[in-house]
This record gives sequence, structure tokens and C-alpha cells, in this order.
Amino acid sequence: MDITMPLMILAIPLCMFLLLGLFGNKMSHKVAGWLGTLGMGTALVLAYTTAFNYFFSGSELFVNAAGERLQYAVFDYTWLEFTENLVIKLGFLLDPISAMMLVVITTISFMVHLYSLGYMHGEKGFQRYYAFLSLFSFSMLGLVVATNIFQMYIFWELVGASSYLLIGFYYTKPSAVSASKKAFIVTRFADLGFLIGILILSFYSKTFDFVTMTSDPTGVFASTTGAMFMGGSVLTWGLVLIFMGGMGKSAMMPLHIWLPDAMEGPTPVSALIHAATMVVAGVFLVARMFPVYICQESALEIVTVVGALTALYAAIVACTQVDIKRVLAFSTISQIAFMVVSLGVARPEFHEGLGYMASMFHLFTHAMFKALLFLGAGALIHAVHSNDYTSMGGLRKYMPITHITFLIGCLAIAGIPPFAGFFSKDEILTAAFNNSPLWGTWMTVVAGLTAFYMFRLYYRIFWWNNPDYGHHTPHDGPWTMSLPLIILAAVSCVAGFIPFGEFVTWNREVYHIHLNWTVATTSIVVAVCAIALATVMYRKENAIPTKMKNAMKGLWTAAYNRFYFDELYIFITHKIIFNLVSRPIAWFDRHIIDGTMDSFATMTNYASEKIKGLQSGSVQQYVWFYLLGALLLAGVMIVCVI
Amino acid sequence: MLFGLNILLYFVIIPVLMLLGLFLCQKDNMKQIRTVAVVGSTALVALSVYLLVDYLALRAAGETAQMLYTDSWSWFGPLNINLAIGVDGISVAMILLSAIIVFAGSFASWKINPLPKDFFLWLILLSTGVFGFFISIDLFTMFMFYEVALIPMYLLIGLWGTGRKEYSAMKLTLMLMGGSAFLMLGLIGIYFHSAAEGGQLTWNIVEIAQNHAIPHNWQLFLFPMTFVGFGVLGAMFPFHTWSPDGHASAPTAVSMLHAGVLMKLGGYGCFRVSMYLMPEAANELAWIFLILTGISVVYGAFSACVQTDLKYINAYSSVSHCGLVLFAILMLNTTAMTGAIMQMLSHGLMTALFFALIGMIYGRTHTRDIREMGGLMKIMPFLAVCYVIAGMASLGLPGLSGFVAEMTIFVGSFQHTDTFHRVFTIVACCSIVITAVYILRVVGKLLFGPVQDEHHLHLTDATWWERFSAITLIVCVAAIGCYPNFFSDLIKFTFNPEFFTVLGFIN
Repeated sequence: MDITMPLMILAIPLCMFLLLGLFGNKMSHKVAGWLGTLGMGTALVLAYTTAFNYFFSGSELFVNAAGERLQYAVFDYTWLEFTENLVIKLGFLLDPISAMMLVVITTISFMVHLYSLGYMHGEKGFQRYYAFLSLFSFSMLGLVVATNIFQMYIFWELVGASSYLLIGFYYTKPSAVSASKKAFIVTRFADLGFLIGILILSFYSKTFDFVTMTSDPTGVFASTTGAMFMGGSVLTWGLVLIFMGGMGKSAMMPLHIWLPDAMEGPTPVSALIHAATMVVAGVFLVARMFPVYICQESALEIVTVVGALTALYAAIVACTQVDIKRVLAFSTISQIAFMVVSLGVARPEFHEGLGYMASMFHLFTHAMFKALLFLGAGALIHAVHSNDYTSMGGLRKYMPITHITFLIGCLAIAGIPPFAGFFSKDEILTAAFNNSPLWGTWMTVVAGLTAFYMFRLYYRIFWWNNPDYGHHTPHDGPWTMSLPLIILAAVSCVAGFIPFGEFVTWNREVYHIHLNWTVATTSIVVAVCAIALATVMYRKENAIPTKMKNAMKGLWTAAYNRFYFDELYIFITHKIIFNLVSRPIAWFDRHIIDGTMDSFATMTNYASEKIKGLQSGSVQQYVWFYLLGALLLAGVMIVCVI
Repeated sequence: MLFGLNILLYFVIIPVLMLLGLFLCQKDNMKQIRTVAVVGSTALVALSVYLLVDYLALRAAGETAQMLYTDSWSWFGPLNINLAIGVDGISVAMILLSAIIVFAGSFASWKINPLPKDFFLWLILLSTGVFGFFISIDLFTMFMFYEVALIPMYLLIGLWGTGRKEYSAMKLTLMLMGGSAFLMLGLIGIYFHSAAEGGQLTWNIVEIAQNHAIPHNWQLFLFPMTFVGFGVLGAMFPFHTWSPDGHASAPTAVSMLHAGVLMKLGGYGCFRVSMYLMPEAANELAWIFLILTGISVVYGAFSACVQTDLKYINAYSSVSHCGLVLFAILMLNTTAMTGAIMQMLSHGLMTALFFALIGMIYGRTHTRDIREMGGLMKIMPFLAVCYVIAGMASLGLPGLSGFVAEMTIFVGSFQHTDTFHRVFTIVACCSIVITAVYILRVVGKLLFGPVQDEHHLHLTDATWWERFSAITLIVCVAAIGCYPNFFSDLIKFTFNPEFFTVLGFIN
């Protein structure tokens, strides 16, 4: 296969980054913005072509006679050789999930590029913004096409850094600076786990390569049998540590705290990075290593538990937040947890690993409708100049396009047919019920909560009351902002009908999706009830919400304060790390270690002070010393002789 | 051969010519002084690049000797002291690093005041010592050049420094001299056991390694002597305290050269002398020093977290990063050792960049206290962006040099199967998180946020020579980070089969 096209998909965003980063300030806003957007558009066309070729060309590179899709490394250059086997390569792996991710990333990224032309219009640092967007797109694309786990780690760090730069885009704002710092450090901590996981796995498998690792996991990891560490097998430890990296990026509890703060970044950035692409990297990582994970069910169980707890936690918190971006952020955490649970409950014996397919399907649909919701939120913030829904209300009349598209997004995430979220969520619930009724029921409850908090948000923004907006009437954004909303809304309407099982399954064989009507009916009923409840409570301004709040004061306050996770972290970092570790170490260094060194100097000075008195120049004294010495020597000689 | 002389000799000849040129300069004629410094350091960079290319060509042509360009002139016959020179991949890399930093340092001291002539004289004398150290393979000559590199530091800090400069200069010199005392004992010990009974005693490293005659019990004594001796300069815990004070007081170019190159003398010496000549003792005693260097790595990083002076932060960060160099050398395998040398290169360039930028910022704001500054990104965007890049390199962002070096070290170290090495590797890995904490703390406080002091608002961004100096270093940092296999191969080739027969026990 010709490598030009895949190479260009990566090279164009990188070149755009360098071009805009180095020479951006010589360009006008318009030139820089359109240059970035057109570059991304080209990458989009190339990525679509590549994905289309992969799925539909039927070339024997991509699919074998039995109809099984193949993993194909388009190119794989040696970048750094550690030992003969452990080699970091930079390559481009085409397989169902990477082809799907190429489509997702380029679509959302292009939409965000286009949308930002309107949203960021006239902002200071416009060129820098586009440069960072291109850097992010490059890193994210490099991450999903990684042929080996170290390449993924490299791009993993790069997306982390571009996320840092974009969250801190408004760098004069202290809250943005500390949010970006927090995001980087929390994910860095998770990456430490990822790195150690890589070290463990690569030590036993003697390779970084995904294809080698996943094609025959039992053979490759045969040397781990019997190797135990603290009650778990070494392989489980390795996989759990790798998942820890994923927990950081995908904001799983307890490493989720950076994501709500990350909303300090410009809203299109939240749509791109913190809703649709980067935050699903953890899910993608587990999916990539899935054949290894199914060798260690205990690791998958940990994945399930973490996902399920996070899903419920985030959904409860989302019900209490007033900042619309924060509601969406917690909703994102909860939805990603759906994907994580789905991977966790997937077993090859249940419908040929239905959970895996469902997880990828939900990743795809979620990316579309969550990006839509975030971009819609951006349009609202752009119009009202506030993030709080308390300063909104009745906006349906002023912003019809935003209203309709936002509603479609809400319906999709709530799981109402025929919108996209319904189909993917149904598959997830089916997979969860297959694994155990506990997880099935659990996730159904969370799905109900999802419908509730989304419609709570929807009604508070678009209905509730009609505040006085004064002479500054809110209105829809320019076409660059509306067009992406319309496109994404259209995609959210139809994406559910994609026969996803034909394209993406864990063993890359074709799987025919069929709706499980019992599960589907239950979930629809739950969703409709939740929406009805939200309608009663929030459609018109009334006192029910306040009464409810007062009735559940303790729970509400705890949830409003995000169950005090941030306080816990501040306690750990400031009180323990800074005050109990760093400061004592710094003090110890200055006073004990350095004090010892200084005391050598002081002692030398002291000793010479004392000795120098012997050189007094007084002859009488010298004679005395002479006599004493002579007597001493004589004494010694006498003792020796006797 | 270049113009009929061994190419390596030029690395000493050029600095000596520069010294002569400086003598001829008028006292305060900046133009003449700069011309000498720039011409000389450019010549050094060009020469070191030429050396690199020529070296690789020789290797590609199938040259398998341990050292290339070897030559020897008798210096003091009765003790068999020779001026013996020769280089392998590691020395070539170190020479390149030194040349680049001397070059960038000359530009960073464009406006040095007072006594520019004397400043450059001492600076060039220092670099003469550095280059001499890296090209010699005779222990005695090596030690001589080592001292030549250390002594000027006293005057450079004492005269052109800031803050408690006399104290710092004295402390630095005395501590390093203390190290030298250990070292000299060690080197003399090695000399007297350099050949089997009745053989000709020698100072030549290659010959000593081939003779492999140092008795085991002597190795156990001499290894710690030399390792600690060099380790002091490599900022090994607990002998690192000269570093924060020394760096904080030193003028910009001196900090650059000292952290960038001089600290590398320590790591290089540990490798070239202690490990290479006494492998059995190294294998046996590595655990003691692994503990010390492991502490260095984490301890330095934690200390950096609470400092408020920019130079202290970077000095402690150097303790952490240089700790990783010695840590990796002690891992005794090809990958980790390659990583150690790459870390030396990476740390050298990165810290030089840091100190250059700190010097430039300090030159404008007249404070290095991060509590008194803020929002510099708005005032001096060029310097701020460079600082962010340096920070990213330091916390190991892929594409910059820190990442490749650290990863090589971690992967190499993890190849040990026993719990002790594994645990220490994981402890060392933790430094990547702590590094992120202190780097982002500084970046967030210093560069971002609102402008702290309104007097800073009228300050100007970097001048052309400052830009040139910073860009040179950034390009090098990015080059290593983007194309690491070139450097890794250059270094790794040194660990050829012959080398391992000497070491005997490592893979």
C-alpha cells in the first residue's frame, strides 16, 4: 500500500503546527485560521479515504478469505533501539479501531477548527490557538495509529502536553493556569503507572509491538506464569498499571479530578479534547490491549468496578452542578465510564465479545453527540457571556438552531430511539446484563440518571423562565459556528443505524448486531420516566427543585462539592507532599547535610585558631616545650628499655 | 589527521590560541574580545562536528579499536606519564556537547561586566581543561586537565558572581578539591596496580583495562575512592551541596558551563575510570551507590519543589537529573549505560538552556525569586516560550531530549530481574511526576498568571545574541529528541565486544 496518504494524515497537522507556531504572529487571524482549518480538512479527506479503503476495498492486505479483517502496518520506522527486541518504532497501524478513530478524530477536529473561526474570532493569540489545535490533532492521530505500546506512550504524553497548553490558553487567568497544571500533573501521575506497566509487560513479552502481543497473548506472556507480586500475578499487575494510565486520561475515579477543571480552556477545546477524543484514549488503550486483558479476567474485573463506580458517581454529581460546562464534563466522565464498563464486562463467550463492540460503538456515537453538546454550550456561552445556567432560561426563542441541535444531543445521550446513543447504549446494557445482573441493573440506573440530568440542563437553559437579557439579545452564532452544530446533529440522528458489528469486533470478524428488545424496552422506559421527571421539575420555574434539594440536603451538598475529592487532593498535595515531604527534605538538605559540610570548614578554622597559638615567637615558651618534649622522649625510652 | 596533526590536539590548541588572542586584546574592547570568543568557539563547534562525521566514517569503514585517533607523547619517563589521547563514541558526544555549550555560553556573556577580558580568559582556560579531559586516555593527564577545569571556577564565581559569591566560590572549590583528594589517591592506587607483577606500570586507561591486573581487595578500596571523587562533581548525594550555592552565585555563562559540561566530567569519570577499570568491584559495590544515587534522584526533585530561587530550583533539578546519570551507569548494562550518556548530553544542553534563560530574565528583572515575578509571558514572550520548552524537555516531553534519555535508562534498568534493582528503578521512575510538579509550578508562577510587578511591564524581550544562544541550544535539544537513534548508536557502538570482555560479567 502506498504510504504517502497515511503519512500525510500525520504530517499535515504537524506542519501546520510548526508553520503557525513559528510564523503565526506574522499572519493575520484570518489567514492563520483558514490555513489550520483547510489543513485539517485535507487530513479529513485523506483519513476518510484511508478508512474507506480499509473497510470496503476488500484488498487482501486488509481482509482475508474468511472475512476476518487484518491488522496492517502501513509503515514502521525504527526510532530508538533499546535492545535487539525492545525497539521503539514509529508506524501507522491500520485495523478496525484505528480506522474508526481516524474518522472520529478528523471529523471532530475539523468541526472544531471550523467552529473556532467564529467562536475565537478576535481573541488574542488566535494563531497560537490554531497551532495548538494542530499539535493536538497530530498527537491524537499518532496515538491511535501506534503500532507499538511505546509509540502510544510517546503520543500519549504529547496529547497530554497539548491539552495542558490548550487548557491554559488564557494564561493570564490564574484559574486556567492552575487547571492546566492540575490536568498535567494528575495525568502524569497516571502515566507513571502506564510507564511501569509498559516496563513490566515488555520485560516479559520482549516486545513493544501490539500485533505480536495481542495475536498470541498466552504464548508471548508465557514467561509470566507463576511470577507473583503482592498477591497478584505479574501480568495482572502490568495490565492494571497500564489501565491506570488509561484512568488518568479517561478521567476515571479517583483520577478524574482534572477534567471538570479542564473546562477552563476555550469551549471548542473542551469539545475536541475533553469530550470526544483525548479522554477516550484510555478506553482505546484497553481496547487495543484487549486480547491480553481477556487472559487475565481479574484485571478486567478491576476495570469493570472502576468504570461502574465512576459512572454512578459522575452521574450523581452532574445532577447538582450549575455550570453548564461542568455538567457536560461530569456527563462525559459518566459516559466514558460506560465504555470502560462495557470493555470490562466483555468476554469472548458472550456474543463473541459484544461488550468490546458496544464500547467502540458508544465511543463513536458519544464523540459525535458530546461534541455537539459542547459546541452548543459554546454557542450559549458566546451569546450569554456566562457559564452558569442560572443566567440563562427561555433561550429557545432566541437561538433556534442551537436549541434544536442541543435537543437532539440530549435525546441522543438520553438513549431515545432513533438517535445514536440509544443503539450503542443498548448494546452496552445487553453486554452488562450478560455478564451479571448487578452490572446490568447498575448501568440502567446510571442511564436513567443521564437522561434526568441532561434534560434538567436542557430545560434550565431553554425553558424555565425568561430572564431579562436587556438590550443585548442572545442570538445564534455565525455560520461557521452553526454549520458544525447542524452537521453533528445530523450525524447524531443517523449514526445509530451504522451496522457497527460489521466493522469493529474484538476478533475482527463480522458480527451481526441485533437489538435485545427486553433490555431496549427497559432502558427506553427508564429514560422516558427520567425525562418526564425532569420535565415536571424544570420546564417552568417552580419550587420543586428547591424542595427536593432541601429534602436531600446532605447528599446534595456532598454531590455539589463533588464528594470532596478536590479537597482530598489538596490535602494530599499541599499538606502531605509539600509540607511533610518536600519542606523537611529541603530543610534537611540546608541544615543537616550542608550543615555537616560547613562544620568541616568551621572545625578546620577552629583547629588552626588553636594551633596557631603555638607559633608565639616567645623563646622562653619554645624552651619550655623543648624541655617537656625531651623529658617525654626520655621517659618513653626508659619505659621501652625496662 | 588534520593539517598534519592529530585532530584531537586541536581541541586543546584552539582554546590555547584563544587565550593568546585574548591576551592581545585591549582591556575593555568588547569588539575584539567577542571576536576572539566567537571565532574560537565557532571553530570548536565546526571541529567537533567534523570529528563526529570523521569518527562515524571510520567506524563505518570497519574500525573496531576501542579508541580511535590514539597518539601518545612521553611526558615524564620515570613514572611513565604520557600525553596519551584517543576518543570513542562517548568522548565524541561529550566533546560535541562541550563545544556547543562553550559556543552558546560566549553569546550568553555578550555583555559581561566588569573585566570582560579576564572573564573570557578564565572561561576559556576552563574549557581547555574540559576538552583536554575528554580527549586524554592517560589517567595522569586526565587528572591534570580535570584540575585545570576546576580551579578557574573559584575566580569566575568569586569575581563575577552574585549574592554570597565568596562563600559559594570557596565552598564549591573546597568540596570539589576534597573530591579530587580522594580521586588522586584512587588514581595513584590504580597506577601501582596497573600491571601484573613485574610488568611495566602504566597510566593508560586502555592498557590498564587490558592488563586487568588490579587485585580484588585493592579494587574494593580504589573503586569507592574514585567513584566518590568523581561523584562529588556529579552531584551525588550527600556530596551535592556545593551545587545549589555554586550555581546560584555563578554568572550565567559559568552556570551554563558548569552544569552543562563540568558536571558531566563527574559522570564521565565514574564511567571511564571507576566502572571500566574496576568492573568486579563495581559489580560488588554498585548497590551502595545505587542507594545513594537513587536518593539523589528523588531527593533532588523533592527539594526543588519548595525552592523559590530560580537557580536553586534548577540546581536541585540538576542533582536529580545527574543522579539519574550515575544511577544508570551503576545498572551495568548496555541499554542503561547508553541512557546514562544520553542523559548527560540531554541534561547538559537542557540545563545550559535553563541557566542561560534564567540569566537573561535576571538581567532584566534583577530578581530570581519566583514570588516576586509573574506573567512574564506577556512581557517577554520569546524568553518565556524558550523557558517552557526547556521545562518540557526537563519533564521528559517526547520530541525533546529528556524523554529519550530517561526512557532508555528506565528500560535498561528494568532488565534486571531482582527486586532490589526493580524497586529502585520504580523509585527513579517516580521522579518524572515530581519533575512535572516543580517545573509546572515555576512555569505557572513565573510565566503565566497576572503580571506581579508593574515595573516589569516596560522590560524588553531578548536581544539577538540572546536569541541566538537560546535557539542554538533548543535546536540541539530537539535534534536529540527527534532523532535519538543516531546518538544512541554513536554511544552504543562503544560498548563493543572487547569492552565487555573487560567488564566480563555484563550483557
